[in-house]
Order: sequence, then structure tokens, then C-alpha cells
Amino acid sequence: MDISMIYYLVPTLVMFCCGIYGFITRKNMIAMLISIELMLNAVDINFVIFNRYLFPGQLEGMMFTLFAIAIAAAETALAIAIIINLYRAHKNIDVSDLTKMKF
Amino acid sequence: MAITLPLLILVIPLFMFLLLGLAGNKMSHRMAGILGCLGMGTTMVLAYIVSFTYFFSGNPDFVDAEAHTRLQWVVFNVDWLSFTDNLVIRLGFLLDPIAALLLVVITTISFMVHLYSMGYMRDHHGVWEKGFQRFYAFLSLFSFSMLGLVVATNIFQMYIFWELVGASSFLLIGFYYRKPSAVLAAKKAFIVTRFADLGFLIGILALSYYAGTFNFMDLTSSQLVSGAYQVNIETAENIKNIFATSAAPTFMGASVLTWALVLIFMGGMGKSAMMPLHIWLPDAMEGPTPVSALIHAATMVVAGVYLVARLFPLYLMEEASLEIITIVGALTAFYAAMVACTQVDIKRVLAFSTISQIAFMMVSLGVARPEFHHGIGYMASMFHLFTHAMFKALLFLCAGALIHAIGSNDYTDMHGLRKYMPVTHITFLIGCLAIAGIIPFAGFFSKDEILTATMGHSTFWYIWMSAVAGLTAFYMFRLYYLIFWWKEHKVREGHHAPHDQPWTMTLPLVILAAISCVAGFVPMGNLVTWNGHEMFPEGVSFFTNLKALDWTVACVSLAVAIVAIIIATVMYRKENPLPAKMKRALPALWDWCYHRFYWDELYMFITKRIIFNGICKPIAWFDRHIIDGTMDGFAIVTNKLSFAIRGFQSGNAQTYVWWYLIGVLALGGITALCLL
Repeated sequence: MDISMIYYLVPTLVMFCCGIYGFITRKNMIAMLISIELMLNAVDINFVIFNRYLFPGQLEGMMFTLFAIAIAAAETALAIAIIINLYRAHKNIDVSDLTKMKF
Repeated sequence: MAITLPLLILVIPLFMFLLLGLAGNKMSHRMAGILGCLGMGTTMVLAYIVSFTYFFSGNPDFVDAEAHTRLQWVVFNVDWLSFTDNLVIRLGFLLDPIAALLLVVITTISFMVHLYSMGYMRDHHGVWEKGFQRFYAFLSLFSFSMLGLVVATNIFQMYIFWELVGASSFLLIGFYYRKPSAVLAAKKAFIVTRFADLGFLIGILALSYYAGTFNFMDLTSSQLVSGAYQVNIETAENIKNIFATSAAPTFMGASVLTWALVLIFMGGMGKSAMMPLHIWLPDAMEGPTPVSALIHAATMVVAGVYLVARLFPLYLMEEASLEIITIVGALTAFYAAMVACTQVDIKRVLAFSTISQIAFMMVSLGVARPEFHHGIGYMASMFHLFTHAMFKALLFLCAGALIHAIGSNDYTDMHGLRKYMPVTHITFLIGCLAIAGIIPFAGFFSKDEILTATMGHSTFWYIWMSAVAGLTAFYMFRLYYLIFWWKEHKVREGHHAPHDQPWTMTLPLVILAAISCVAGFVPMGNLVTWNGHEMFPEGVSFFTNLKALDWTVACVSLAVAIVAIIIATVMYRKENPLPAKMKRALPALWDWCYHRFYWDELYMFITKRIIFNGICKPIAWFDRHIIDGTMDGFAIVTNKLSFAIRGFQSGNAQTYVWWYLIGVLALGGITALCLL
């Protein structure tokens, strides 16, 4: 257990940045959703890491992670429902084509 | 006296107004008329009971039998708006000689007019006038407001009801609202009297600011301590001191008290149609004739006189203000009498005659001094108010009957009506004799008292007012002869021969004519005096007024009146070229009189040319360009800015994320810099 915290934090940071990058560059909405999940998971792992290293013997971080996973599941269900409806309406889930909601 | 009766006097007309105003259209015309008459009749009976109890019951609340003095009695006085401990506006019912007198006058005339309108407001085929119920509702509203005005316990209550009578007058002048001239006349009356009321309001504020009270009994008490009304001596001394010290600051050479009194009088000038604010009254004749009789002859237009009489002890403290009242009154009396000599519309003749007679009352108040015959001028003024209300209402109702029968306001369409309308003829003649001041009709006694009072003050005004009295007799008989004599009546084509009217119209004429015959014998000197002292403590009889006459004055005025009537008879009894010759001899004078000395034109010039161009247009420009411009500027800038930045909202979700990311990074960077 003498692995330093930084070895855990760097991979999560990479994961998080991949998520951001994917969210900005991918035009497919499913891919964007996956990117969001990536960011969320990075954050979840961070919770666990900080709980383990900074407050050992407590469970708040763990609980929070479980909570976030549950909510992420619900959110994903919602997002997929929206995407399916969009697809039915437009036959297209390319985000750069869906720009009706503007001035 | 219980509180119920006086309260009912106010409540019944108000209730009738609400009933007829809200439910009038649901009931038949006849029903509405009968209800209105019943309501007003009940009010009249109640007012008689209250007044007669006040004057003749000998109740120690109302009269101090040993000192032969009448007292002021507050029936009730409730706090209505209390702003601070000192600033409380109350509504109440004050019973004193002038209020009791006016209760009788108003309810009598109002009832007569209610009855008369039942006949007047339908045509020869019995078709009711459109808006008949509305007419009765407004009549009730007016009666309520006027009654509230005369029994006001404080000057603010008076002001409230003062505006209410103005509003109901506006509504009734404009009763024929489809007629443009009626609408204009209503607007003119309202604007002119409102303008005068501005002065009134400033006067009230100035007066009550220094005196610290709105209450009439407190305000007038300082002069009455030595007199007779039972007043709170402490308050009286207090107010006297206040006026001696804090009202001492002067403004443009006159004390605050003088200013306040003159401004209050300005309100009275507006309502009572004194020069130069008289211009609305002749136009107000556009209203139905019964309204002219009630509002613009007998009751509302004497509100100004009543106001001055109410505050008379205050006016006594500033003789200068009384002098102003005298001068305004005397000039108006003469002016209106001159104009009345040339008018063609019979209602306008009567309107100018009204202005002239009200001016008589004003002069009478202006020359009243306690030193002279116990302030006879005050008594005479109220006496004339009483008799004038009766005979002028009579004359107007006669005029209404004539107009109803002929269908025109001009005497040129009448002439020689005496055979066709005998009742109207006789009653009109009685009215003319009364106003001309022929013994024993009502006007003789009251006018004689006024002239006596005037003589006691200044010989110049006495001669002046006697001349005006002569003019009065002349123009009234000119009118009388031109309507009923002059030449044979020619029935216009398509018209029936004129005839007397239904009983609802005749009865008020006869009653008022009877009153005009005997009203002069009312021993007013014992009923109404400026401080409540009876003038004839030894008791009165039917002939008291005759015995108390100043026979030199009486003979002179009688002689003047008779000479004037003779001149009128010579000129107008039979068709002859004399009037036309007179007109040609003095064309300029006739022109000026006929055009009412061009007052209306002068007002038009001042308002249209000077006020509209000089003041209103720059203000309108400022409003349109500066004020509106600022607001428009805000809108335009916001609009432009919004268009400029709306491209940010592209609808592309990923662009938003970019901006969000940049923002977060920037914030994070700044926070980090600050922490390090």
C-alpha cells in the first residue's frame, strides 16, 4: 500500500480529458453520451481515491460513488430515450445538424 | 334631537341615487319618477321637521332663550380619516341657522323640480325622454351632495361635497350627451369651476395649516366669543393668538390669513359665477330646464355665498377681503344685468339675472359689519338667498314650460302667449314682480335689506346697487312683455297651439308662486344672523319685516323699480320701433352687451393663443422629445445590442461546451493565481 496517490490520479485525469475531448469532437450523440459516461466514471474513481487516501476508515466517498453511478444510469436512460426520439423525428443523430434551438 | 332624522336626510337621496342609478333601467319610467319624487318628498318632510325643530322648538340645545341667541349644534361628527392626532378629517352634521335655512331651500326646490320633471321630461305624445331614470338618479345625487355641503362640520367635508355638486352639475349639464353643445358646456362648467377650486384648496390648506383645525366651529369661534354662539373659549383665544402671531408672515404684501380667505373666496367665485369666472353659467343652460332651476339658479350657484357666510367671522378679521368681495360682487351684478338686457334666449336672460342676483348676495356679505344694525348685511344675504331661490326657480320652471310648449328657447318664437298659457303667464308675472322688488312680493323685502346694508357701508355702492336693481326690473319686464305681449302669437307650421302643461308641471309653479308672494314676511332677522342674536328679541309677528323697513331706502328702491317697469312697458308692451331705435342709437354698447362683453372670446384668446402656444406646446415638445426620447433611447440601444450579440446563441451544443470550458478554465486560472 505504498503506491502513491498520484498513480491513481493521473489515469483518472487522462480519462476525464478523453471524455472532454470526445464530447467536443464527436458529432454522433451516442458517442457524446459515452464521453459523458467516461467523465463521470473518472470523477467516481477520484471520489474513491480521495476517500481511501485522505479519510481512511470512512465511507462517505464510496457511498457517493454508488449514488453517482445510480444517477448516471438514470441519466443515460433518459438521454437514450431523447436520442431515440430525435432519431425517429429526424432520421439523424448528428449533433451539428440539430441547431434549431437558437435565436 | 336624535341622530336618526338628520342622518336620514342625507341617506335617503344617496340611496335613491344608488337605486335609480343601478336598477333604474329595470323599472318603468313612471316607476322611476314616482320613486324619485317619493324619496325627495320624504327628505323634504324630514328636513322641514329638523329645521322647524331647530328654529321653533325652544330646545336649550338650539337656543339660549334668555340671551335670545341661537346656538350651533353638532348632531354627529365621526372621524373619517385620522392621519395624526391633529390632522383628522371628520364627517358630520352641523345644525345652525344658515344650515337649517338651506335645508329647507334645497329640499323644497329639489322636490318641486322632481315633480316638475315628471311632466317636463316627456313630449306632447307622452313619450318619455331617453335616459329618464338616469336623470332622476343624477338629481338625487345632486340633492345628496348639496345637503352634505350645507351641513358640513368642517371645511374639508365641505370641499368634498363641493366637488360632488360640481360633478353632478357636470353630469346634468351634459345630460343630452348626444348634443355637442351640451357636452362642451358641461366640460366648460367643470373646467372653470375646477380651476376655481384649485384656489379654494390652496386656501383651505393655508388656513388650516396656520389654524391647526378644519373645524368651522373652531375656525370661526375667535370672533364669536364676544358674540353669542357658545364656543370653547380656550380654543377661541388660541386661534385668535395663532392668527395674531403665525399668520403674521406676509406674502406679497398681504398676510397669510388674507391670502387664504381670498383664495377660498376664489372657489366661491367659481361656483357662484362671479366675474371673471362667470363664463360657465350661461352655457350651463344647455342642460334640461329643471336642472337649470335646481342647480344653476337656486342651490348650487349659491354655494359660494354660503361658503363666505360660513366663514364670515373669519372674513370679518380681514376687512380687505370683504372689500374685495364687495367690489367683485358689485361689478358682476352690474355687468350681468347689462348683458341680460340684450339676450334673446330666455334661459340666458335668466342665467345672467341669476349671476346678477347672486352678486347682490355677495355684495351684501361684503358690506356686512357687526356695528351696523347687528350685521344686517349677513341676514339680508341669507334672506335674499332664500327668496331668490324661490322666485328664480319659479321663473326657470316657467321658462321650462314655455320651452316645452313652443320647442324653442328664443322669445322671438314666442310673443303674445298670455292667452294661450294663462297659468304660466300669471306665475311668471309673480316671479317678475318678486325679482323686480315690488311690495309685497318676496324680492322686495330681501333686496331692501341688502340696499339698507349697502347704504350703511358706503353711499357709492348703494347708488350703484340701486341702479342695478332698476336694471333688474327693466330686463325682467322686457322679457315678460316679449314673451307674453309684444304681438299676437303666430303658431308655427306643423305645431299645435301652445297650451298650459299637465298638473305635475303646473303644481310646482303654483306652489312656488305662492311662496314668492309670502316669503318676504318670514321674520328672517330672528332666524338667521351672523352671530345668532335675534334682531327682534321682543318677538315677531307677520308684519315684523314691514315695520322694520327703512322706509327711505324702501321708497327709493320701489320708485326705481316702478320707473324701470314703466320704461319696459313703454318699450315692449306692444310692437313698436323704439327698441330698434335704441339699438341703433348705441350700437357699440348693444354689441358689447349682446356679446357678453366678449369675455368668452377673451378666454379663447388667452387659452388658445397664449397658453396653448406659449406653454402647452413647449411642454408637449419636451414630453415628446426629451422624456419619450430617453425611454425610446433605452429601447433602441437594448435592441441594437441584442442583435449584435445574438450570434452567440448558435444552437450548436458543442460550441456552448467550448465556451463553457473556456469559462471554467479561465475561472480556475484566476482562482489559482489569486491563491498563489
